[in-house]
Amino acid sequence: MSVITVNNENFEKEILGSRMPVLLDFWATWCGPCRMMSPVVDEIAESMNTSIKVGKINIDECQNLAEKYGVMSIPTFVVLKDGVETGRTVGVQSKEKIVKLLQ
Amino acid sequence: MLYDVIIVGSGPAGISASLYAKRRKLSVLVISKGKGALGKTEQIDNYYGFSKGISGKELYQNGIEQAKMLGVELIEDEVVALNYLENFEVETVNSQYTAKSVILATGTNRVTPNIKGIREFEGKGVSYCAICDAFFFRGKDVAVLGNGNYAIHEMEQLKPVVASVSILTNGEEMIENRDVEVDIDSRKIREFRGDGKLAEIEFEDNTKKQVHGVFVAVGTASSNDLARKIGARIENNHIVVNENMETTVPGLFACGDCTGGLLQISKAVYEGAKAGLTVLKK
Repeated sequence: MSVITVNNENFEKEILGSRMPVLLDFWATWCGPCRMMSPVVDEIAESMNTSIKVGKINIDECQNLAEKYGVMSIPTFVVLKDGVETGRTVGVQSKEKIVKLLQ
Repeated sequence: MLYDVIIVGSGPAGISASLYAKRRKLSVLVISKGKGALGKTEQIDNYYGFSKGISGKELYQNGIEQAKMLGVELIEDEVVALNYLENFEVETVNSQYTAKSVILATGTNRVTPNIKGIREFEGKGVSYCAICDAFFFRGKDVAVLGNGNYAIHEMEQLKPVVASVSILTNGEEMIENRDVEVDIDSRKIREFRGDGKLAEIEFEDNTKKQVHGVFVAVGTASSNDLARKIGARIENNHIVVNENMETTVPGLFACGDCTGGLLQISKAVYEGAKAGLTVLKK
């Protein structure tokens, strides 16, 4: 499954309603570290496409979702299982570290 | 002018990088604020070839002379920001320079100030990057922790976005050479407090200040600070590099103490040489 662009319309169905664990990437166009992490997130989405769902949330467009998850620094990565947060990490990370968060 | 490579730092790593890059006929600019750790080292007895030892200051000066002899351009200035658009943009207190590639070699990172609560609120009000996180503090009251040009730079990034911003020097004197209006608070800090999120600062004199965010910018911007903001990976307070001294950001290199490992001149010289030989190699 490719990366989903999450917005207020599809958040409930795609993310909260997901049967698979979800990796949320909170980012913005003006954030250098976010741009660096984008290809890493794409790689994770590709390599784990049968076991997880990956959603990118542009915080400029979905400020309310950033607030809902208490995001105060980007990039922030949040793992949800059955809609409940099970892991979180902030800042530039290795692919391995994020994958570990998902396991 | 567009340099092939800008090197930030003029210690053993930075100067070695400049020598090797210059010999490859690259255009090289070294920007440095001054001597750093080496200049403060009294006597070095374990470096190859100096049977009677040598003072850190002398070795540092020799390095600078050597680079100048080879035609390396050196500028004394303080780097406050590093950005990447089409090329790298290195912003200093007095000017701005562009380069195809950047080598960070400013030495080791200082430790995060030992203030109670500072770690607890990282990502929950305590930030190390004004340009990344200012967005989350729109219309809120924030402060910058620091006492120099770097703190002023961060304050200027925040000012247009937030409701108010002051500089907390935590009992230190302000060291700056820019003529800007700054709200300086020099009370000594006891503790950062809040319930899940940073809410207030308590000072040693029992007074308090309500803040939603504190941006840490103590001293001068280190290699780590610059690397972090541009999106290079940092682990255990060291910049992550591969065997060619490349960080996780294409075109950005790091060498010397900022990459961790042995804090030795020999290691800094090796890493500088490697970076100088690898930079811009197709």
